[in-house]
Amino acid sequence: MGRAKLPRKSTTIDMTAMCDVAFLLLSFFILTTKFKPSEAIAVTTPSSVASKVAPNKDFVLVTIDKDGKVFLTIDDKQKRELVANSLNTTKNLGIDVAKFKAASFVGSSFSGLNSFLSVSEENRKGDVLKGIPCKDSTDNELVVWMQAINDAYAGSKMDLLLKGDNLAKYPSFKGVLTAFKKNNIQKFQMVTNPENAPVGSELYKKSMSGEKQEN
Amino acid sequence: MAELDTSGGGHKKGPGVKKGKKLSTRVDLTPMVDLGFLLITFFIFTTTMSQPTAMKLLLPDDKVKPEEQNKAKESGALTILMGADNHIYYYEGQLKNDASNFLSASYNGENSIRDVILKKKAYVRSIAQDPNDPEHDLVVVIKPSQYCNYKNVIDILDEMSINVVKKFALVDIFDIEEQLIKKSDESAVKP
Repeated sequence: MGRAKLPRKSTTIDMTAMCDVAFLLLSFFILTTKFKPSEAIAVTTPSSVASKVAPNKDFVLVTIDKDGKVFLTIDDKQKRELVANSLNTTKNLGIDVAKFKAASFVGSSFSGLNSFLSVSEENRKGDVLKGIPCKDSTDNELVVWMQAINDAYAGSKMDLLLKGDNLAKYPSFKGVLTAFKKNNIQKFQMVTNPENAPVGSELYKKSMSGEKQEN
Repeated sequence: MAELDTSGGGHKKGPGVKKGKKLSTRVDLTPMVDLGFLLITFFIFTTTMSQPTAMKLLLPDDKVKPEEQNKAKESGALTILMGADNHIYYYEGQLKNDASNFLSASYNGENSIRDVILKKKAYVRSIAQDPNDPEHDLVVVIKPSQYCNYKNVIDILDEMSINVVKKFALVDIFDIEEQLIKKSDESAVKP
């Protein structure tokens, strides 16, 4: 007696559906992805449990790179013009206002500012530039910058951000703090990477119980 | 005798005529799926989902006269000092002349600064006068030395928010403390 022969099933599966899904996801990720604009100043920020998202427009950003060099970014072009004009009158620097307006960041001393602005934008790289001098308490040029910025923002809200590199030494951070303090700026925000509160800590318990974080 | 094909384009071809094999229209999509998923993984990894966050910091006003400043109670004060190479030190109350209460801690792991802060917090709670605000006297003073880096400062400030310390201050370091840190840093490297 012969057994009933089972029809041999093919092992190939129809891949069309899977292919559809794969490409659907692919197109989603292509459309949502936003490439990081290549930054002239390379900075790896430390992480913190702060949950407030950093403002991304109309900010004034002070960057400290890993060698402790300080750079300044003013997001608002109108304010850039105001700052340049006020520096031209107070310090008699003779800054080319149009070029200053176009520059995405400042990273040189007052004496080297004109040669800094004459370099093309692509060639202004954080590792070559000297940064704004501020470590020395006698020659803290950031104080003058912050004063000019303060005046430009008089009457309107200023989002002051500080973005420091993990490896930046404390003296440059302190120099920046001194510059802020001298201009009566007591409030600023530090850009960090988000991180979850450690399990079991008080903040963790707080957020678990639904309490809202203050900062 | 040779047979002739007499069907004349009918359904059945003669046995001598080979039927043109009908090609399947099905394409093997496996490589295409592979490629799709490869690209998906690429875009998942390059996409920046997490926005940078910002941490608020309020600086004390230097111009306030000393007599108007808040005085910290010695029993509730904890001073944290940061040295080079992620070394961290602390003392409670005031620094003794012989520096016997100058102790070292670490950022994480054993003897972490978090435990130190929590211990201090529990101590302040236990001796608190006012039951409504038991942590009133707790003040953490943060003194970064010139050898520590930005990450250390942020870590400690972050520790303040993790442990919900309401009163803390970023203060300039004294020379004597700086020397102590330097000495301890050097002795820590040797062994």
